[in-house]
Amino acid sequence: MIALLILPLLVPFALPALARRALDRLAPVAALWTVTASAVALALCSLAALGAFVLTGLLKLPFFASLGELIRPLHTASDRFVLPLAALSVGGLAVTAWTLVRSVSRQVRAFRAARSAAAHGPAAGDLCVVDSPRPDAYALPGRPHRIVVTTAMLRNLDGSEREALFAHERAHNAGGHHYFLAAAELAAHCHPALRRVRDVVRLAVERVADEVAARVVGDRRLTARAIARAALAGQGAGAPERPAFVPGAVSGPVPRRVEALLAPGGRRAGGWIAALLVACTGVSCVASATGMADFHHRVEVAQGEAER
Amino acid sequence: MADGKDERRPAGELEASVMAALWAAGVPQTPGEVQRSLGTELARTTVTTILTRLHDKGVVDRHRQGRGYAYVPVQDAQGLTARRMHSELDRDGDRETVLARFVAQLSPDDERVLRTLLEADEQSGGR
Repeated sequence: MIALLILPLLVPFALPALARRALDRLAPVAALWTVTASAVALALCSLAALGAFVLTGLLKLPFFASLGELIRPLHTASDRFVLPLAALSVGGLAVTAWTLVRSVSRQVRAFRAARSAAAHGPAAGDLCVVDSPRPDAYALPGRPHRIVVTTAMLRNLDGSEREALFAHERAHNAGGHHYFLAAAELAAHCHPALRRVRDVVRLAVERVADEVAARVVGDRRLTARAIARAALAGQGAGAPERPAFVPGAVSGPVPRRVEALLAPGGRRAGGWIAALLVACTGVSCVASATGMADFHHRVEVAQGEAER
Repeated sequence: MADGKDERRPAGELEASVMAALWAAGVPQTPGEVQRSLGTELARTTVTTILTRLHDKGVVDRHRQGRGYAYVPVQDAQGLTARRMHSELDRDGDRETVLARFVAQLSPDDERVLRTLLEADEQSGGR
């Protein structure tokens, strides 16, 4: 049981490398979906495993054993192994819960501030213009969806580049990219290895939006130029004050995005990468489900409700 | 010369493009200038219609220039609110009654601010 439940804690370490390759080889939309779904599944599995360890440790204590109506001791690996593991798991879960709560409250606050700032500024259609000397552009989800662009950014781009930038931001809103970013953000707080996966998801949403923008304006070169110029304009402008799940125009490694726009096609077969990702997720899910079922059975045995 | 594809885009997107062109320019723009600085191919009449609509919404200001208007975006939140109040007033036929009711419903604080403003105006204008 312990060995089975340790597996979901180890699998996430394989995910960042796989996720990066998936983004290189799959179509951006496919990569975005598979990587985000795997990250969320692996995060849930590792939380479940930690939870099972904590419960095992608790049921070893006489007080909780009587509370759980155990009539015999829970049959597990040696206490010398189980108890420290349970203590570590308690620590892990506490840290996770703390960072999750802190991150969610911080994001919600930043999001409210961004929405109210956008509501006060002049708007036309879905565009909110913020009069600011710092070039910035981002998609602000909500009802209705908005795209927020600073005056400095508008002045740095010509007419057709502005259209490409707007198409990019609209693609973020239309594609619901904030959900992917929020999911990746939450997963990153559940397991340290998933932090690097969050960066891959961030790049993936930008790539998806870049491709949509290129299709809308009908010019890959123009889209690449708009992104590059927007990025150069935004350079050294300081960290933008907006929530992490709000997709911006110049997030992610811009040179890679520009390169991908200028040299399309030549996508190598990515089927096996997708298969590996699915396999990893499957292994993790099956291991944690089996481990939990086994744990449940052991508890029932200790309660005298089931035969060994 | 207008491209049919761009003319058929949603009104909100066209408004956004025109607004962006106004902000990017930084100086008052005639519909012709806006049309030239747009990244899309729109007929000048369409640009004029959109600018008029933006003016009705109170997000751009305009003043006479030659035979037409030149447009500038409304800069600040306060100016925006003031513009919106004006367009509400313009929409109602009986402007005088609306204004009278508006003043009657002002809070004491607002009334004081208004009085101070009017007094300052009288002293400086002498009228």
